[in-house]
Amino acid sequence: MIGRHRHLIGLEGFSREEILQVLDLATSMKEVLSRPVKKVPSLRGKNVVNLFFETSTRTRSSFEIAAKVLSADSLNWTSAQSSTTKGETLLDTAKNLEAMRPDVLVVRHSASGAPNFLARNVSCAVVSAGDGAHEHPSQGLLDCFTLRERFGSLEGRTVAIVGDISHSRVARSDLHSLPKLGVKVRLCGPPTMIPQGIEQLGATVHHDLKAAVEGVDAVVMLRIQHERIGDPLIPNTREYSKFWGLNAKKAAEWLKPDAVILHPGPINRGVELSSDVADGPRSVILDQVQNGVAVRMAILYLLAGGAGEDRAEKVSA
Amino acid sequence: MNAEAVERAVQRIAHEVLERARAQGAVEGLALVGIRRGGIPLAERLRAEIGKATGVTPPLGTLDIALYRDDLSHRGVAPVVGPTDVRFRLEGRTIVLADDVLYTGRTIRAALDELVDFGRPRRVWLAVLVDRGGRELPIAADFSGVRFDVPEGDDVQVRWRENGAAEDSVVVREGRKP
Repeated sequence: MIGRHRHLIGLEGFSREEILQVLDLATSMKEVLSRPVKKVPSLRGKNVVNLFFETSTRTRSSFEIAAKVLSADSLNWTSAQSSTTKGETLLDTAKNLEAMRPDVLVVRHSASGAPNFLARNVSCAVVSAGDGAHEHPSQGLLDCFTLRERFGSLEGRTVAIVGDISHSRVARSDLHSLPKLGVKVRLCGPPTMIPQGIEQLGATVHHDLKAAVEGVDAVVMLRIQHERIGDPLIPNTREYSKFWGLNAKKAAEWLKPDAVILHPGPINRGVELSSDVADGPRSVILDQVQNGVAVRMAILYLLAGGAGEDRAEKVSA
Repeated sequence: MNAEAVERAVQRIAHEVLERARAQGAVEGLALVGIRRGGIPLAERLRAEIGKATGVTPPLGTLDIALYRDDLSHRGVAPVVGPTDVRFRLEGRTIVLADDVLYTGRTIRAALDELVDFGRPRRVWLAVLVDRGGRELPIAADFSGVRFDVPEGDDVQVRWRENGAAEDSVVVREGRKP
């Protein structure tokens, strides 16, 4: 359990305390990753199934390593080599996997709402590893973790999220978490990529990159999600890069000296980020990857370890 | 036990540890590891006593055994995990593992499992302030401050100044009978 939650579908319903519970635990988990023996027995005998209907290297590997460090057994199931290609429905696939008695189902799906649908239909804990343009909660938590590690308290900090906000589940998870920790969020991108009414989630909207990043403590750069975009929303990537991309010159002129750059990956080098920024001293992109494992360990530990009600009753009886 | 008795017990344990370490030629390789949270003040004080007596202050580490518990799936909520911090090499060392109360032995089992994941010590000794009996595993203390049999269900609390108590004390509270 994370606070009141048996599943991690999105951060929208999560309180500040519930987010901090994961971040605090992730701090301890990160220490485990620095040990000579990177393995603790906490989830021995638990099964984690990674159910990926969309390609992913980083997130799937991250969940897999997290499960292994905690001694859980993990099974990777990807749609390309599965019976989905033979016409099996999502529910049938999940029911079949459930019959193998996993403790946690980690799901990535191109349809928003797929993890929520599964959570209502299976008995194990469900963790969303990203669904459509809805949320990518573990990424949101690792962004919070990385920023908190960098700045200590996040109270009063400002973060700009730049790029295709409409199609970004990372932006949505960041928007549902960072403000709860006291961060002011600015959104920036071409008007075609910013959904109307997004200000209601507590962010300000900018269309000028310079104004958006002025004085911020961190910038989250997003990738253009070509795979999710039907009609072109921008004339071409060169123009996008010119107006919304960040290179070393712009970063040096516009950003505060200690401002950091985040990116959920994979980077389209030369489009949203030039290589000199992606590999430069401001970049915390690889910290994000490392922190991702610690945060996912915390998530798995809380959802697989914290037991269901039936087990809790057995002890108090 | 009042503060004075606790102090005497700690000094006696330190003395006994040194005596045995001298007999086995282990003084130079001594290191202390406290189990969070109650074991850490004991480890710190033993370390200070040993430092005073030998002129060399041995290294100190801390263990949080939450990730090594064997009852994770029996508990309603996951326990809070604190930091583990062992920054010295264990190889060849004599480790004095310190905890406040020795009861079922399960905490020590978990601590030993965690400790050996950091390396292979030459030997491990167990020092506790209170041995209250009631073992569920074949584990014994090498050094203990006091030993008394406390009925199952009762609670032995060691209150250290370091953890916020006005003064050191050990109290036994009657619990609900099982």
